[in-house]
Amino acid sequence: MKLLRAILSGDPPRGRVLTMVLLAILLGLALAPWLFPGTASLNVAAKISYFVVLAASYDLLLGYTGIVSFAHTMFFGIGGYGAGLALFNLGPSWSSILVGTAAALVLAVALALIIGLFSLRVRALFFAMITLAVASAFSILASQLSAITGGEDGRTFRLPEALRPGFHLDAGPVALNGRIIAYYLVFLASLILFLAMLRVVNSPFGRVLQAIRENEFRAEALGYRTVVYRSIANCLAAAAATLAGVLSAIWLRYTGPAVTLSFDVMLDVLLMVVIGGMGTLYGAVIGATIFVLAETYLQSLMAIISHATAGLPLVPLVFHPDRWLLWLGVLFVLSVYFFPFGIVGRLARR
Amino acid sequence: MSSDTAPLLTLTGVNTHIGPYHILQGVDFAVPRGSLTMLLGRNGAGKTTTLRTIMGLWHASAGAVRFDGADITAWATPDIAQAGIAYVPENMGIFADLTVRDNLLLAARSGPIDETRLRWIFGLFPALERFWSLAAGVLSGGQKQMLSIARAIIEPRRLFLIDEPTKGLAPAIIANMIEAFRELKKNPDTTILVVEQNFLFAKSLGDAVAVMDNGRVVHAGAMAALAEDRGLQQRLLGLSLDQHQ
Repeated sequence: MKLLRAILSGDPPRGRVLTMVLLAILLGLALAPWLFPGTASLNVAAKISYFVVLAASYDLLLGYTGIVSFAHTMFFGIGGYGAGLALFNLGPSWSSILVGTAAALVLAVALALIIGLFSLRVRALFFAMITLAVASAFSILASQLSAITGGEDGRTFRLPEALRPGFHLDAGPVALNGRIIAYYLVFLASLILFLAMLRVVNSPFGRVLQAIRENEFRAEALGYRTVVYRSIANCLAAAAATLAGVLSAIWLRYTGPAVTLSFDVMLDVLLMVVIGGMGTLYGAVIGATIFVLAETYLQSLMAIISHATAGLPLVPLVFHPDRWLLWLGVLFVLSVYFFPFGIVGRLARR
Repeated sequence: MSSDTAPLLTLTGVNTHIGPYHILQGVDFAVPRGSLTMLLGRNGAGKTTTLRTIMGLWHASAGAVRFDGADITAWATPDIAQAGIAYVPENMGIFADLTVRDNLLLAARSGPIDETRLRWIFGLFPALERFWSLAAGVLSGGQKQMLSIARAIIEPRRLFLIDEPTKGLAPAIIANMIEAFRELKKNPDTTILVVEQNFLFAKSLGDAVAVMDNGRVVHAGAMAALAEDRGLQQRLLGLSLDQHQ
């Protein structure tokens, strides 16, 4: 029990229901290749894993520090392109992944530092606008430098042999293929990154971030240089988002503007954080899980409902699978209405 | 470092503008070392602006603020805080979402909280021990004020700036607060500047006093002298002590 508390940085989920839900998600992801066999479900599990990291890193900014940034998916994209372009240009090896990841981290942290130092002094709204402008510029740059990035089409690349679907490993009673190994790489790396962020927010540094979020002047009056703390938070969040981007590239074996840099991805992350609950990293887990599941399975669920109610007037039309985006929107409006503090905010009280 | 007899804090001709408004219009006064100085005055006289200017939360447009001989007028707020000045704002400047414990940990800048000092604070404000793990936002007004002061005194500081500690508090809690200040005053190295509206509170604790009006200090001297001079009180503060005693 003591070890578990230490792993969770002394911040276990509050409330029995929340603990059960999080445990179910953890077990579901940990055993996904066996509980939900099949390419599509493994895709969903992997996507949940790296989106948990992306949403948690965004919560580090939005929920813990009160920084509204629209450049977060830019860092996700830098990670994706870093690993992807390294694998594409240097060949499918582990060293390519390492080189690409290191280069992406350096670029992301440097950019986050520059953006932070130049613009975190200004008011929140202006900072948000600056990040939006920088992210848009980066997205356009990625599309236009097509000789390097592959433009709008992005780049498809091969992974090191151990991560390819054709690779087989006999590990005693369990037979692993390259795809499962790749999944566990993504899952375990995501878990480690999440726990590292949990450590950050529960450290004295995290406490200062929360103080800054509540009242910057009071934090300054206690002797904290808020610009420095906010800049470090910006860099840490950028680094985590970059690593999430690397994981997405490894899993998808593809990188392109639509899956990493687009503003749609930014909105998705924002929704995950808001739905799950801001200012609690466990909210990112719940938000990412619900969002990815809804995005993936809502259409199929609606097809079933539409088919089952075929004899009724109007109902099949309302639940026609083509209207899944409308219902996704309705679900999110309802969740924000009924859970103003996020799902974790509600579950933690039970 | 200046000599031990020189005032710890000196304001000379301090002017502060907030937007188009000229709030402080040449503030001059000194806070003697080891004293509890009361800064009195009517609403809008510029008392809070004076504290905020000392803290660097608003910068003086003219004049000088000297702390222990160093000119801190243009210093950034974190540097001023790190030089040993603790500030308790009037609106109970606590971090509501954080626990009582976290609020105090944030203020302990030089490392872990000293257990003996924490026990001393719990002796002054027992409610803080009772609600140690509770979010500070759910404390009562008086408890928030106690936490706010406890946060300032969690580590020894050279100067405490405290803005209206009794504002909105019940008499019983004010009595508790007076005791806490008396305890704090026992340390000869502690210098305190308190902005206050409650004259009885000010009279019972203050060693020195400065009275502000229209952005200037219009009177400075010993508190005992002001406490005995009803005419002066009437003229400076519009007070009739008969109504207050």
